[in-house]
Amino acid sequence: MERIKKTRAGQERYEVRLSGSGGQGMVFAGMILAEAVGVEDGKYVCQTQSYGPEARGGTSRSDLVISSQEIFYPKPQELDLLLAMTQESCDIYFPALRENGTLIVDSGLVTQLPDRKVYGFTFTRIAREQLGTPMVANIVALGTISALTKIVSRQGLLEVLKRRAPRGTEERNLQAIEIGYELVRKKKAKVVKSDTGVG
Amino acid sequence: MKPPVKNQRLMQGNRACVEGAMAAGCRFFAGYPITPSTEMAEILAAELPKLSGKFIQMEDEIASLAAVIGSSVAGVKSMTATSGPGFSLMQEHIGYAYMAEVPCVIVDVQRGGPSTGLPTKVAQADTMQVRWGTHGDYYAIAVAPSSVLECYEFTLRAFNLSEKYRTPVIVLMDEVVGHMRERVILPDPDQMTIIDRMKPTVPPEWYQHFEINPHFVSPMASFGEGYRYNITGLTHDPFGFPTEKPEEIKQKMDKLKNKITHNLDDIIQVRAEFMEDANIAIFAYGIVARAAREAVRMARERRIKVGLIQPLTIWPFPDQYMEHIQEQLDLIIVAELNQGQLIGEVMRVNRGKTRVSSLTRYDSELITPDQVFEKIREEK
Repeated sequence: MERIKKTRAGQERYEVRLSGSGGQGMVFAGMILAEAVGVEDGKYVCQTQSYGPEARGGTSRSDLVISSQEIFYPKPQELDLLLAMTQESCDIYFPALRENGTLIVDSGLVTQLPDRKVYGFTFTRIAREQLGTPMVANIVALGTISALTKIVSRQGLLEVLKRRAPRGTEERNLQAIEIGYELVRKKKAKVVKSDTGVG
Repeated sequence: MKPPVKNQRLMQGNRACVEGAMAAGCRFFAGYPITPSTEMAEILAAELPKLSGKFIQMEDEIASLAAVIGSSVAGVKSMTATSGPGFSLMQEHIGYAYMAEVPCVIVDVQRGGPSTGLPTKVAQADTMQVRWGTHGDYYAIAVAPSSVLECYEFTLRAFNLSEKYRTPVIVLMDEVVGHMRERVILPDPDQMTIIDRMKPTVPPEWYQHFEINPHFVSPMASFGEGYRYNITGLTHDPFGFPTEKPEEIKQKMDKLKNKITHNLDDIIQVRAEFMEDANIAIFAYGIVARAAREAVRMARERRIKVGLIQPLTIWPFPDQYMEHIQEQLDLIIVAELNQGQLIGEVMRVNRGKTRVSSLTRYDSELITPDQVFEKIREEK
């Protein structure tokens, strides 16, 4: 795992929030991520979700705490990673992200960005164009999270999707992970170019 | 990648609870689904038929517990699950199950109240209702899990206690424990102790359904097994027929009391962490104990001698443990998600010997480790 912080209790802890609007599959993505981290990668994980009227329509979120040690407090206190799939969820949850935390957004839908380092990928557009449906944008984002942060293994995500993806969509979901990985590789190449003055 | 561990799963608290119930031998569920316990009814509706069990959705919670009591009397381990509003409706029949000594398990996944309150938000405000919700004198047993694994283990234990002592047992959960998912490694079924109710060994004509014996727990024949007996909510004699004789009334009431109070060591479980040298204790149960466990470690990093007392069975209250441990304590902080309920019990046992301070929260959010830690710093 990357950039693991110790809490004030001396515990190792990595906190993730996947956020978007109802219907973008944030709760499903949270369950896939939690199962990959816990069952496949063998770490401690605790997943909670916002559960209320806002789960229909408005903002929807899924929270994870990941550790190699037993997790006591089950909810995030200061996020290490925030995925925002809508402008609204970015606005609401950004303040919960710690200073050097990782912010990943769907840059096709989140246009007003906070003044800081942001990883932007057009997950929804890419899912529609390359996989024929915006419905797997959440899974593309999981691939990207895995590639960027190493918080979850690629193999773990693939194994869980093989058994959890709705029947008939397994192949598309597995491809979505690969596309998510590919995005990070390309993006990194671009950064290197601009750094050396070529791009 | 590490090889997958056997029985390692990502599981929700509500599912772990019913998996524990099924492992204990539960084969009947009657209920009226209510948030945040709904998943239990949903899962058992699908799973019980596969085990030749029965699931039935009743017209309300009153009928649900009536069906559970009937099913248990017929010899099937039975349960229901609900939340505050449904738990209130069940009180009448919970009393009936105490009086008629019918084993059954009732799960209360607490949400904000009173009344319909906050269906999707966490609270611990049914704490005293679990102890005193129905009328009359009785001794409640309630277990309170704080993790997904404990949901499994404690529900299984609730069935065991219920069968062993012929009494209803309450599993007191809350919205967060019920809905969160954790990686769990379930115990090997061969390693688990399953207790079944004691059956009569006497011929039917000698059988007394409420026999007075030195253990205070009477063997229990099921309806249809050839043993004739009466069951009533009226105070009854050993055969189950109503009585108004003072000596029989006292005998019955003592039996209900003694079967619990003579077995406190078997029933009560407390998790004590860092208590060896502690002069401050955080007293918290269920989900709040999770924040307290972290806060205790934060304080220990700063050399503050704090420990955790987490009652795993909140009823009967761990009087004896508290009486013993409070001798070494200068301060007990009682943290709970209500306006202050369990603190009354701590103070009852404490009788003014130790300073007792209250940390409460009832705005639908969890007490955080930081809040507990700040409280320790303020009060110490």
